[in-house]
Amino acid sequence: MSPTARSSGKPKPAAKPATKATAPAARAGAKPKLAIFGAASCGGCDIAIVNIHEHILEVAAAFEIVLWPTIMDGKYSEIEAMEDGEITVTLVSGSMRTDETVHLARLLRRKSKLMVAFGSCASEGCIPGLANLSSRKQILDTAFSTTSTDNPEGIRPVWEYQAPEGVLHLPEFEPILRTLDQVVDVDYTIPGCPPESKQIWAALQAVVAALDGTGPLPPKGAVLGAGESTVCDECARKRDVKKIDHFVRIQQVASFDPEICLLEQGLPCNGPATRDGCGALCPSVAAPCIGCYGAAEGVVDYGARLMSAYASVIVATKPDEIDKVLDGIADPAGQFYRFSLAASLLRSSRTAWKSDGEQ
Amino acid sequence: MERITIDPVTRLEGHGKIEIFLDPDGEVANAYFQIPELRGFERFCVGRPVEEMPTLTNRICGVCPEAHHMAAAKAGDAVYHVEPPRTGRLLRELLYSAFYFTDHTTHFYALGGPDFIVGPDAPAAERNILGVVGKVGMEIGGKVIEARKNGHNVIEMIGGRKIHPATAVPGGMTHGITEEQRVEIERIGRWAVEFAQFSLGIFDKIVLGNDAYKEMVLSDAYTHKTYYMGLVDPNNKVNFYDGQVSIMSPEGERVGKYAPAEYRDWIAEHVEPWTYLKFPFLKKIGWKGFVDGVDSGVYCATPLSRLNTADGMATPLAQEAYERFYDTLAPATPGATGKRLVHHRLATHWARLVELLYAAERMVELATDPEITSTNIRTVPTDKPTEGVGTVEAPRGTLTHHYWTDERGVLTAVNLIVGTTNNYAPMAMSIKKAAQSLIHKGTVVHQGLLNRVEMAFRLYDPCFGCATHSLPGEMPLQVAIRNSDGDVIEVLSQNC
Repeated sequence: MSPTARSSGKPKPAAKPATKATAPAARAGAKPKLAIFGAASCGGCDIAIVNIHEHILEVAAAFEIVLWPTIMDGKYSEIEAMEDGEITVTLVSGSMRTDETVHLARLLRRKSKLMVAFGSCASEGCIPGLANLSSRKQILDTAFSTTSTDNPEGIRPVWEYQAPEGVLHLPEFEPILRTLDQVVDVDYTIPGCPPESKQIWAALQAVVAALDGTGPLPPKGAVLGAGESTVCDECARKRDVKKIDHFVRIQQVASFDPEICLLEQGLPCNGPATRDGCGALCPSVAAPCIGCYGAAEGVVDYGARLMSAYASVIVATKPDEIDKVLDGIADPAGQFYRFSLAASLLRSSRTAWKSDGEQ
Repeated sequence: MERITIDPVTRLEGHGKIEIFLDPDGEVANAYFQIPELRGFERFCVGRPVEEMPTLTNRICGVCPEAHHMAAAKAGDAVYHVEPPRTGRLLRELLYSAFYFTDHTTHFYALGGPDFIVGPDAPAAERNILGVVGKVGMEIGGKVIEARKNGHNVIEMIGGRKIHPATAVPGGMTHGITEEQRVEIERIGRWAVEFAQFSLGIFDKIVLGNDAYKEMVLSDAYTHKTYYMGLVDPNNKVNFYDGQVSIMSPEGERVGKYAPAEYRDWIAEHVEPWTYLKFPFLKKIGWKGFVDGVDSGVYCATPLSRLNTADGMATPLAQEAYERFYDTLAPATPGATGKRLVHHRLATHWARLVELLYAAERMVELATDPEITSTNIRTVPTDKPTEGVGTVEAPRGTLTHHYWTDERGVLTAVNLIVGTTNNYAPMAMSIKKAAQSLIHKGTVVHQGLLNRVEMAFRLYDPCFGCATHSLPGEMPLQVAIRNSDGDVIEVLSQNC
């Protein structure tokens, strides 16, 4: 059960009191403190927050923004000097890729009452989580030996380098990429790559309402700024029209029927396993859902759910027929775990897992 | 050896970090500009289907996903040896022009421009969009928000989403636009042309009308004579979406033009063990270290570089602005041959506005093309996929994606040379030069150093979202001055 910021006709579940996080008592005259921090990320989450446009002024009015390094001034040393729990809400975008990001996530957790995994990287690893199919050595070797790299001596970045003038340090690239909740305790998740700006605003409004006592504090573990169903439920395309006996690749089909479900036209679409909340943007422009809003409510493993959804539209019954249909999926690992590998039951390949310690 | 660390918010990963070492006389011995993050796209994209690359590589950078989306789609076209139908190509370029308009607007008003509009000597706390509003008037804040909204609306109409678009695929686009949308895009385009002219007017009045600012633009501290790179059309006019890559020498001679697929004959990437980012350089000249001049392979790929590598702009109003730019900063001298170049790096802000006007005019041209609403937007490939290169001019530099696939179109190798990366060496050099001009005999001009280093960054519009996550131009800086034992003796900070 999770309350949603989406206005739908569905009855809202009664909010349970949070097990750990409780609405902080507002000190007279003091605004609650907000921190926004990006770990290993593309910056798209920050842009999505900025794209709430004029509402950003309301956020600034409701909170004292104590940290948002990508956008505004903020003194990091002041965070270290704060009392534990002094920050009311911290939004973390980006994944845990280096020892520095892990250190900062832990520090912010200590200082914050509520910790929010903001966007796909923080909540499930996102596309960069596909790095967990390779070892750290393979990733570094590839990046520093590409076809245009001039590197006859096979130089690799090192965490500690003795330059002629002194020692230079780099954060350590960790063996596998982790999600925020694999590093610290997380109270809420706002999914999406990036979260849609109107959903961000809705989620922030819900938090503000909880803080000023006009709304319930969402229960710990809640997913905010999204629905409780799947992208298919908000997609305008018609379903259950037909079954398929093969998959197609998007570049092989000049145009798709604009009314019919893309999956039922043979295009591997991730809608059935993906949480609703975006408004089915991609299928509305004849592109498949790629799954950026993460696992639908109650789904333990995203890929497993998607596989069963595909199985339900396939007409093949004999094993060799089924194999033939599945051969139409060019990249099963990417198709089923494109955004969620780092958060899946597997988390990483054996190669990556075993590479701990080697550089 | 004494050491000065400029660490954007201590321990905050991803922002870039500067280490300046002083020699025994207290002069700058060396400066290191480190990028402390890597994600590994070139590795983990292997095994993915080529048609997914436009959406996967969007996630390299949330500030400029449109650039990766287009480069990836063009590389996909090349892998399958197909050309999109004319309308497919026009739609991609229209989306891309709207993106340029939005991105350049954000940079000029919110990130780079405040240094000029509010003034380089104004307190750091005022050198932001609010300071711009204070100086130019309330209406400008509303206009900037409107410009960004308008731009993102066009991106969403064509790309399906405001951030990380979804519609470009090998062979064209998944979706076209309706006549109703076309009308709206044309309206926004015409509004954008006026907005760009208005912006050039502000630059004229506030920067060119102020002798002190003009002197700073022309000062040696912000001058570098490097090679320049940029995409040009068949008439050698600046182009963002397609064309050949033009290379101009520091002396104004066009060294060559190459088709994107030949990039490896021209560019190589140098590796240093103290950073996660590589340093591209001109292969034919060679890597000679972090130095200027005609013998050094260091090049620059920015709005200034694009104007320097081209012979002009392809739209009339932008061409007028281009001529005024060169007549003001590099007046013609009788008998001189070769292209007139501007080496003053701070002039990059002005060059960006010339491009803003071109992007807006191009939006109108594309939105009024009779074929823009055609439904013929896809070419279905019939050839076996092999290998392909896709290049666009990203706002922060020439962007190249190179893919190799198996016979199913699944990637077997990926090479990426990303926009901002082109300028990594020039940025490192600008930082060193700023430090050298402000640190003598161990004496640091405190606020001056921070301002100058920050301004040296901002003119490049560095987008380490491509390598990290900091928004272009916003650089919280902290300088720790250490004695020869490595103990911190003084800390200065700005924006942090």
